[in-house]
Amino acid sequence: MVQENGKATTLALKLRVWRQRRGQPGAFEEHALAAVPTSASFLEMMDMLNEQLIKQGKDTFAFDHDCREGICGMCSMTINGMPHGPLPGVTTCQLHMRNFRDGETITVEPWRARAFPVLKDLAVDRSAFDKVIQSGGFITVRTGSAPEANNIPVPKPVADEAMDAAECIGCGACVASCKNGSAMLFVGAKINHLNILPQGQAERDRRTLAMVKTMDEAGFGNCTNYGECQAHCPKSITLDVIAKLNRDYLRARVKEFFSSTGKPSKGGD
Amino acid sequence: MALTGLVLIGFVLGHLLGNLLMFKGPAALNEYAKWLHDHPGLIWTARMVLLISVFAHIWVGIKLSLENKASRDGGPAVDATRRASLGSRTMPYSGVVILGFIVFHLLHFTFKSVAVAYQGDSVYAMVVAGFSQPAIAIFYIVSMLLLCLHLGHGVSSVFQTLGLRNERWRGRLDALAQAYAWFIALGFISIPLAVLTGCLK
Amino acid sequence: MKLDSKIPAGPLADKWNNHKAKLRLVNPANRRKYHIIVVGSGLAGSAAAASFAEMGYEVSCFCYQDSPRRAHSIAAQGGINAAKNYQNDGDSVRRLFQDTIKGGDYRAREANVYRLAQVSANIIDQCVAQGVPFAREYGGLLANRSFGGAQVSRTFYARGQTGQQLLLGAYSALSRQIGLGAVKMYTRHEMLDLVLVDGKAKGIVTRDLVTGAVESWASDVVVVCTGGYGNVFYLSTNAQGCNVTATFRAHRRGAGFANPCYTQIHPTCIPVHGEDQSKLTLMSESLRNDGRVWVPKNAADCAKPAADIPEEARDYFLERKYPSYGNLAPRDIASRAAKEVCDEGRGVGQLVDGKRLGVYLDFSAAIKRLGEGEIRARYGNLFDMYENITGENAYKQPMRIFPAVHYTMGGLWVDYNLQSNIPGLFVGGEANFSDHGANRLGASALMQGLADGYFVLPYTVTDYLAGEKPGSRPSKDAPEFKAALKDVNDRVAKLLSINGTKSPRHYHKALGKITWEKCGMARDKAGLEGAIRDLQALRDDFWKNVKVVGSGDALAPELERAGRVADFLDFGIMMCLDALTREESCGGHFRTEHQDAGEAKRDDAQYAHAAVWQWTGDGQLPARHTEPLVYEETQLSTRSYK
Repeated sequence: MVQENGKATTLALKLRVWRQRRGQPGAFEEHALAAVPTSASFLEMMDMLNEQLIKQGKDTFAFDHDCREGICGMCSMTINGMPHGPLPGVTTCQLHMRNFRDGETITVEPWRARAFPVLKDLAVDRSAFDKVIQSGGFITVRTGSAPEANNIPVPKPVADEAMDAAECIGCGACVASCKNGSAMLFVGAKINHLNILPQGQAERDRRTLAMVKTMDEAGFGNCTNYGECQAHCPKSITLDVIAKLNRDYLRARVKEFFSSTGKPSKGGD
Repeated sequence: MALTGLVLIGFVLGHLLGNLLMFKGPAALNEYAKWLHDHPGLIWTARMVLLISVFAHIWVGIKLSLENKASRDGGPAVDATRRASLGSRTMPYSGVVILGFIVFHLLHFTFKSVAVAYQGDSVYAMVVAGFSQPAIAIFYIVSMLLLCLHLGHGVSSVFQTLGLRNERWRGRLDALAQAYAWFIALGFISIPLAVLTGCLK
Repeated sequence: MKLDSKIPAGPLADKWNNHKAKLRLVNPANRRKYHIIVVGSGLAGSAAAASFAEMGYEVSCFCYQDSPRRAHSIAAQGGINAAKNYQNDGDSVRRLFQDTIKGGDYRAREANVYRLAQVSANIIDQCVAQGVPFAREYGGLLANRSFGGAQVSRTFYARGQTGQQLLLGAYSALSRQIGLGAVKMYTRHEMLDLVLVDGKAKGIVTRDLVTGAVESWASDVVVVCTGGYGNVFYLSTNAQGCNVTATFRAHRRGAGFANPCYTQIHPTCIPVHGEDQSKLTLMSESLRNDGRVWVPKNAADCAKPAADIPEEARDYFLERKYPSYGNLAPRDIASRAAKEVCDEGRGVGQLVDGKRLGVYLDFSAAIKRLGEGEIRARYGNLFDMYENITGENAYKQPMRIFPAVHYTMGGLWVDYNLQSNIPGLFVGGEANFSDHGANRLGASALMQGLADGYFVLPYTVTDYLAGEKPGSRPSKDAPEFKAALKDVNDRVAKLLSINGTKSPRHYHKALGKITWEKCGMARDKAGLEGAIRDLQALRDDFWKNVKVVGSGDALAPELERAGRVADFLDFGIMMCLDALTREESCGGHFRTEHQDAGEAKRDDAQYAHAAVWQWTGDGQLPARHTEPLVYEETQLSTRSYK
């Protein structure tokens, strides 16, 4: 440990990191890592570990990451049991080592959820999220068929609320933190973004029913209102989006139930 | 869960209000009991609705718990809970104990087939006799505390599941749920406690 | 190399409309017989893939990320320009065109830039209809802000996440087509080669990053929208995975690479903190509206805390050098000024590699004037981000900033139709070179990506396909595909078998050190010549001593990095060569030999052209060709911000 002005500037760490090949059982590996600068990000610390492994001739730990500025949603590590680590409101890439103590043991695992199978080590397959979007997370508008933008006034509070939901980066921490492996925060955020905008009304019920159906089929769990998702969401998306998803779903189901099919019923006169 | 839960939430309030007649004396309670028995249509409808609700609540609860456990895929090796309340994390367990309690309670006071301490027609006397046994009274009290835990999360969840909650109201609705849960639990507990301490004889 | 820009005849304002009217069409029943490959799923790629599928073509889209939604377009903060003139402040298509072409220091193609300004308005319509939550006024109509020193408010924005919201819009359109089965999406697939049959682009070779499977794909046309090459500098604001491989592999197959030396350095990034740093983080340029940039007058003061340096010992160098623009001087100029004072030994912050590379961005005057609450309201999220990364509270002490590579204006050469010199290879977004010249204006990158994807490629690719017989695409068993497949497999095997001593990251860092120091904010002849020699030596060392751990049949991040670094090494040489042979200063390209007391000195007589490089073989220097830039309606003038 190196000190400057009484503050530690480097840390020595013990790391327990998950090692797994696709389709095989995994296990933790322990590694010691010295001289980690407190100014480094968590992923830079992982880079250091990997460089050390290369020097030792060992395979590196695969992990997902890309923009390293907290917006792409690719990084996905469960650190000491917490998706994205101990600092609320940030992604793993924005977590810095000054939040850890010298000599600390840090446990690093992948997102744990049935719907997110492990591809290798810390990288998981989150394509279930894409499937949910593909089933209805859009407003149907062909390129070139859009009306003049200001023809559709959107009250500022509505636009702001849509933006609150649209900030979701699709990282999957909500699923990983949920004790039920539920994706309601993600799906709620997506549905809210589109369902409250005037542009999204035409497909509102159809969208809600389709996305919830796809979510259920993907093997996510059910929401029992733990609230862990909100507490671990790097964008601090609130449980409101789940309440509203529930409301829209109920509404859509009731409307579907009472909707006219336009055809005579079977066996009718 | 929310719809069946809502029925049960309403039922415990009705049941409690009836029970509190204990404090008005034997006549009031016995009259109320007699009135119920004189309206078999009403009581059997209520019983059927309750029975269906309880079974549906349990069935959906078991299904959800199993699905959720499977979806979690074991969960992380390190458990770190940031926000989930004790009540929310123990719903299946408190639920099982409450189910056990309901079965015992029915056998005890409705079918009068276990721990029978009184033979006669006075409901009031039956309750006093029943709770005069400390072990039984304490079992009732502990069960009601678990009911409080269960209701605290359950009532607040009803608002969420029906889409009637937002960040502005979340705190107030959660407080309401807690107040309701404690009112129900303390109300029920007051009776065995009063019997144990000799306030009700 | 034949470089026909195919700029349509006629007045500038009518070129695109006249051209569109003449482009050939494909019968709707025939469209599904054509297979279009789109590589990259950022703004340009997603928009193009979705639009093609809507038209009825069979589309396959590839990206290296785990989801198309993660492409680096997502990180753009500021906004998107469009000539809507909603603010009634005199904006017009022509004015947006003029600003863009001047901002590019007169090194962009006039006709392309005009078209960009023309379609900008359609982009906003499209995105709003998709549900992009742009900022609104209370009346419910769209809000605008002025951005990057523009004199009109034409920038549309969604908080500080405009790129994210626009990409999610394009991603949702793409997702709809994937759900309908019209687009086959291949995520975690990296393009490693382009396949040419009879001189035309007819397919690609990819590696499945999860299984390691190398596969070839046949198509009628290939559209590459794979972004820029900023990571040739190792440290940049780009995402870790951003790479030049797709465009460079196309270059090796014959595509001309234009103006690789045009790179943009953004002045307000968080400085480097240490040797293990992997990434530089951009802070919105808006900070310069209220922050004052300074360094100590005396190098001896640089190690002291900012508070201990009295007012009279501070040098507010932007205000001193550029009194009229002050702290708001354009990106390239502000960046260079910061580099100069640091080179003089007056930089601040931690010593990294024996140097202090940072200047103060001081808000104390603004806090005194407006109050901390107002500053918090304006920039709170940026101050939080800064504190999160540096551990410093910028309300109490000045921020430290330093320029970083942010965007690359160079790219594969394309004609007016966005087609490269290889028939059937189209290039969109940051991957092509055409619209930004030597410097890009703020809020123009998003505009260009979406313009290419939604409103240009669908027309021009259709025109190309109209000339290809339906069903004429070659089979994957054709010898050209087999040969390309073998090349890729051999290269992967080679990388895995060298088994040397140094990691791919080691080479990437060494590469970045050379390119940043010799081909960064300021360049000179001797430095560039030395850089080319050093890079050649580094490349040779790489192929002898790189150690790639992992296996070819699973997720292997080191193998991915090694392949990308290998291409960056060759590319870096070409970039330095381009900088060396462009004997002038323009926009982001600053040759210290060509200046007027610190200001860039263009040489329009000799260098009003795009330099286009042709691959000549492994170990050889590429060959230089030129496309003269013809200005029909623009007067070339000198940018001055004094």
